[in-house]
Amino acid sequence: MENMVQIYLFGKQYTVPDNLTIMRAMEYAGYQLVRGCGCRNGFCGACATIYRIKGDRELKTCLACQTKVENNMYVATLPFFPLVKQVYDIEKIKPTEQIMMQLYPEIYACVGCNACTKSCTQGLNVMQYIAYAQRGEYDKCAEESFDCVMCGVCSSRCPAGISHPQVAMLARRLNGKYLAPKCGHLEDRVKEIKDGTFTELIEALMGKPVEELKELYNNRDIEK
Amino acid sequence: MYDEKFKESLKAVEAARDENIAYEPARMTADEKDQLLAAYHPDYKKSEFSTLRIGPNKGEQVPHELAEMLEAHSRIAASDISLDDVKYDVDVLIIGGGGAGASAAIEADNAGANVLVVTKLRMGDANTMMAEGGIQAADKPNDSPAIHFVDAFGGGHYAAKRELLAKLVCDAPEAIQWLSGLGVEFDKTPDGTMITTHGGGTSRKRMHAAKDYSGAEIMRTLRDEVLNRGIPVVDFTSAIELILDENGKAAGAVLMNMETHELMVARAKTVILATGGAGRMHYQGFPTSNHYGATADGLVLGYRVGAKLLYADTLQYHPTGAAFPQQIFGALVTEKVRSLGAKLVNRDGKVFMHPLETRDVAAASIIRECSDRKEGVDTGDGKAVWLDTPMIEKIGGEGTIEKRIPAMMRMFASYGIDIRREPILVYPTLHYQNGGLDINVDGMSTTVENLFVAGEAVGGIHGRNRLMGNSLLDIIVFGRNAGQNAAATASKTTVGKLTLEHINRFDKEREDAGIKTDAVSPKLLPDYRRK
Ligand SMILES: Cc1cc2nc3c(=O)[nH]c(=O)nc-3n(C[C@H](O)[C@H](O)[C@H](O)COP(=O)(O)OP(=O)(O)OC[C@H]3O[C@@H](n4cnc5c(N)ncnc54)[C@H](O)[C@@H]3O)c2cc1C
Ligand code: SF4
Ligand code: SF4
Ligand code: FES
Repeated sequence: MENMVQIYLFGKQYTVPDNLTIMRAMEYAGYQLVRGCGCRNGFCGACATIYRIKGDRELKTCLACQTKVENNMYVATLPFFPLVKQVYDIEKIKPTEQIMMQLYPEIYACVGCNACTKSCTQGLNVMQYIAYAQRGEYDKCAEESFDCVMCGVCSSRCPAGISHPQVAMLARRLNGKYLAPKCGHLEDRVKEIKDGTFTELIEALMGKPVEELKELYNNRDIEK
Repeated sequence: MYDEKFKESLKAVEAARDENIAYEPARMTADEKDQLLAAYHPDYKKSEFSTLRIGPNKGEQVPHELAEMLEAHSRIAASDISLDDVKYDVDVLIIGGGGAGASAAIEADNAGANVLVVTKLRMGDANTMMAEGGIQAADKPNDSPAIHFVDAFGGGHYAAKRELLAKLVCDAPEAIQWLSGLGVEFDKTPDGTMITTHGGGTSRKRMHAAKDYSGAEIMRTLRDEVLNRGIPVVDFTSAIELILDENGKAAGAVLMNMETHELMVARAKTVILATGGAGRMHYQGFPTSNHYGATADGLVLGYRVGAKLLYADTLQYHPTGAAFPQQIFGALVTEKVRSLGAKLVNRDGKVFMHPLETRDVAAASIIRECSDRKEGVDTGDGKAVWLDTPMIEKIGGEGTIEKRIPAMMRMFASYGIDIRREPILVYPTLHYQNGGLDINVDGMSTTVENLFVAGEAVGGIHGRNRLMGNSLLDIIVFGRNAGQNAAATASKTTVGKLTLEHINRFDKEREDAGIKTDAVSPKLLPDYRRK
């Protein structure tokens, strides 16, 4: 027997099994989702949701595809939030403090209320990664923000109007392109391929009968 | 949290853990694998396939659910829309805003083409965003594109189109370099060496990763780049029918706004289909790891205008889909969990296979364990086997799970399961469309001119089974390739008069074959409403 709970979708009451996620509960209630549903598994940030359990003072936030329904849950989805995304040429910018000041000056208006961190659907220390961005410590900002799914919930709670996920996105690209150590063996290999080092080997494989390739495959030595 | 009914089996798994870590199970011989696949792999279950009665692959077998869509009616009649009323007029029209579509957009833009991307949901609501494990490239000194070729060709049952596979492996290191240059953060040691691991079926450690958010890291970076370039992206808009010109070349698409259902015409000199996979078709009733919009639309759109399919009868069932709790049924448990040392263990705590066999073999082996061998664990919703994640911490040291597979840890933690201390339950899930539209090495359909295809919608690059990490690779390599070639072709193309005559032709073919159906396609979205 399924246990049923009462939930309120945009204020309207529905009775749904208690083992469903909010997303599945909406479908159970009869919604054919278009907006607010992407990966269905916690990666895309499409399903940002705000809820309150009746009687609780605290407003909670979550991803609808990752959160189970509870009795007396009042649910409102946030299928779109107007984040600010500044455009830039990744080839031309430099990983200096100036670039944040130019593109996202509002981060310096952070009042330290920590509402972003409290609301993060991924449990990230959002205020901290913004602090790193302010100081131009992009490697740290990148690491701290890495699991961000860009759902925009933190931004919806921020009194300073900061678009946190976009700030973090910029920091990660700066880190990945300019600050992370360069990979020598990768550069060498790209050059070898351009120089034709493997051309003959590959052509030989292309011409081999399947039986010979089977031999090769079945007798590969496998790195431990 | 696991309740009482799992206790006994859990105890057996724990008791055997140390011994199981030390135990190195033998890999199967080629014969053993063949027999196992024939008996237990879903692709070999004849009753689940139909023979296509019309279209370019008439006479070939595909899953029932796909056959229904391929033979179905168009969502529109040619008379429903005026082709003179052109809403978007561009050089290159890209259908699908996943990794392949985004890579193509960036390269076509680089080549100076006027590009438009249309996508069903938002850009990045796509299978690419969900890839966890990583991306292959033979860039280490002990590895080479030739070794990569042999691994992939054998893993794909010697069925890959060799020229496509050769391009895949030879362009791989440059693809990684391109992504790094855009700012994608790969896992590296302090001296810049890539941290690479094995994937099922690899003979060298060549899996590059960005923690277990590899696809997300790639997708969000590509999306950011598309936006920086000002390439127009129209979201919540699906292609529901391709448009040809009077010379039979692809020349645009009929688009539908997913919210208002408004129809629009996009005219283009070349078209790139980058619509991704088909998990939401739920072939054979399997759950899926795929995103909400993975409904094989590209195959249907292409097929109706005469594009040929290759290996559309072969799907990849990922061996380790989550089988418990029910809320995440079918969600992917990345192969990296096994790469890091976790083994598959049955009800009695016995390791029943080498953890790094190719995916099809691993899936078949789990199905055998849970069916004929009766060694599965009963979850309440079916059978499953254990994947003993605590082994990872014992082998790699405490903290390995949090550092290397944080997304996995988070997914199970939401339901009270700490994968550092408790094993998890898994069963195969529908994961990847091995087959798709047949292309030449320039990315163009073998049968429809000016129709390019990239990403999971392509068939033939991987043969009949794809290795982990080769798909993220193919969307970059062949996405870029399609973008470059579509732009070059567009610069030499003058579009003739637009027509939807192919709808009538296809209707006639269906009628002549005596097929009676009410189905319309493409499917666009699954319907999960309670009936
Ligand atoms: C959970 C998961 C984990 C994976 N892990 C790995 C891994 O570790 N390594 C690896 O190499 N591969 C992995 N894969 C496979 C790989 O991620 C995909 O095969 C690949 O990303 C597909 O890219 P794509 O661009 O072709 O399709 P997608 O990324 O799916 O993009 C297709 C886009 O087209 C849109 N679309 C569909 N139909 C239409 C239409 N009619 N009109 C307009 N738009 C449309 C879709 O909504 C979507 O946005 C994984 C896949 C999944 C699901
Ligand atoms: S940091 Fe903000 S956008 Fe990113 S996951 Fe957390 S709440 Fe969502
Ligand atoms: S919510 Fe905004 S103002 Fe408050 S701590 Fe976070 S970034 Fe600063
Ligand atoms: S649907 Fe993608 S995070 Fe919920």
